[in-house]
Amino acid sequence: MEMSLELLGNAIVSGLLLGGFYAAVTIGVSISFGMLDIVNIAHPAFIILGSYIAYMANASFGMDPILASVIALPAFYLLGMGVYQVYYLAFERRGDEALRGLAFFFGLLFITEVTLVLVFGVDYRLVEAPYIGPSLHFGAIELPLRLLVPCLVALVLVGGLQLFMARTFIGRAILAVAQDQLALRLMAANPTRIKRIAFGLSIATASLAGAVLIVIQPVEPSIGRDYIGRVFAICVLGGMGSFAGTLVAAMALGIVENLTATFYGPSWAPAVAFGFLLVTLAVRPAGIFGR
Amino acid sequence: MSSVKFVILLLIASAAVFGAAWLIGNAYVFFAGYVVLQYIALATAWNILGGYTGYVNFGTAAFFALGAYSTVVLHKLTSLPLPLMMPIGGIVSGVVGLGTGYLTLRLRGAFFSIATLALAVVVQTLITNWDFVGGSRGAYIVRPMKTPLLGIDYIQYLFIVMLGLVVIVLATARAIERSRLGYGFATIRDDEVAAEASGVPTLRLKLLATTLSGAFMGMAGAPLPYYVTYLDPASGFSLAYAVNGVAMPLVGGTSSWLGPVIGAVLLGTLQQVATVTISSALNLLIVGLMLVGFVIVAPNGILGLFGVRGGAR
Repeated sequence: MEMSLELLGNAIVSGLLLGGFYAAVTIGVSISFGMLDIVNIAHPAFIILGSYIAYMANASFGMDPILASVIALPAFYLLGMGVYQVYYLAFERRGDEALRGLAFFFGLLFITEVTLVLVFGVDYRLVEAPYIGPSLHFGAIELPLRLLVPCLVALVLVGGLQLFMARTFIGRAILAVAQDQLALRLMAANPTRIKRIAFGLSIATASLAGAVLIVIQPVEPSIGRDYIGRVFAICVLGGMGSFAGTLVAAMALGIVENLTATFYGPSWAPAVAFGFLLVTLAVRPAGIFGR
Repeated sequence: MSSVKFVILLLIASAAVFGAAWLIGNAYVFFAGYVVLQYIALATAWNILGGYTGYVNFGTAAFFALGAYSTVVLHKLTSLPLPLMMPIGGIVSGVVGLGTGYLTLRLRGAFFSIATLALAVVVQTLITNWDFVGGSRGAYIVRPMKTPLLGIDYIQYLFIVMLGLVVIVLATARAIERSRLGYGFATIRDDEVAAEASGVPTLRLKLLATTLSGAFMGMAGAPLPYYVTYLDPASGFSLAYAVNGVAMPLVGGTSSWLGPVIGAVLLGTLQQVATVTISSALNLLIVGLMLVGFVIVAPNGILGLFGVRGGAR
């Protein structure tokens, strides 16, 4: 196979943009799984829910999908707080996270998916926005706006969360709860309340991630499952809860996946993420930026 | 009760089940009954790992479909009888289980569960890209002209084969529960660090449970191509298998071999009825809601509601 330099360059650039989008998809799991130790395998289902809300706002009112997801942020935040409250009362407090807590999230994933199938059917849905279609050109390198805009949204999201964690009291308390809950309690902060807020934030990111997902590709209810391997591979590889690590790992996966799709065919792309995950777990479970 | 007596009782029970189905004299009873039996085998296989050691496998569909696709390959290449194809499907799934376990079971339990979720996606990708077994178009399987046992239909033959597998799986699960192995599994479930410190070879036991559980799932999937006669990746890897594999043991109760049986009979029958009377998407929603409802409200399943405790505690 001849590897043309132009093809290679384009694959790497769009892989970087795709990786930015993967960071937006993963950042919620970096908070819930990486920091709070909550194995929320239902996160991709919440993302798909976000996609459908953006779709509805776009199809009914012609609203920009990303604007719609920003408006939906508080609702997702509350949804996340509610889910955490149930999880805390039914599993975390009883020390039963391992078996039944996992089954709970699996059930949520399944219920969300089947409900979306019942309401919207299994047809692919897509949105319309001025940035879907045109591309910027720099010589031979092409920058499709429908990849560039999600990548920028993701960078703003990751950067904003990084600032929030580093500068605010709540943000620092979330970082602290990830390290030592007892110490936090001794500082007169309630770890359960902090974790509820953090989990709310992690689900809120799913709203934005869902909107950029439907900008990038048409969405149907079951595609969330394709992202489970990806998000956890990125989260682990990025060092569990490190935002910078998440971004780097996401872009690495984006590039590798795009090269695979360009040179071997797109139907192999899902296998790449799984390979990434297995190799990471087997060789370096602490991730590239592991503590 | 000794294991030998238990197997004899199981055989008598299976003969009674077959006799009852025969007396009703309607082919649909065998069609629906086969599915319920298949779920008993799947749920019990899941419970050998999930219930006894506490490691959650979300990839039931992958192991099940690997068994089914082994049969497709064997059907194309050989003319082996079905009861010989089943152990081969079991070996394929068992080896995949061993490999996944070997790579992830040294880490925290959650990683194994995540890996099995992703495994389902990848195995489906591989099968979809493999033209020999039909790829995404699926494969047609022509049933043999004659059944090996005289005087019965092919669907009745499949029913008997699955009944036989259920006897084997249940006898194995109960034997494990009452053996040193079962106590070893229970120590992993209750406190893995303490078990490791007390000299329990935890990794070896976990790998054994993963392999055995995967192998039984593969065996349960092996007759599927002959049952459906047309198999495509979307139906072989249906999420219904993954969610039922988890929901049935948890709804029935994970502490004893009886739990998955109760869960499988209850949910399996419910779905057979609901598929005919309502819609198949809605009945999957019911299974999901029951799973979430039970893990929140009745963490020890139906068995727990009646105060039944398992053999190895």
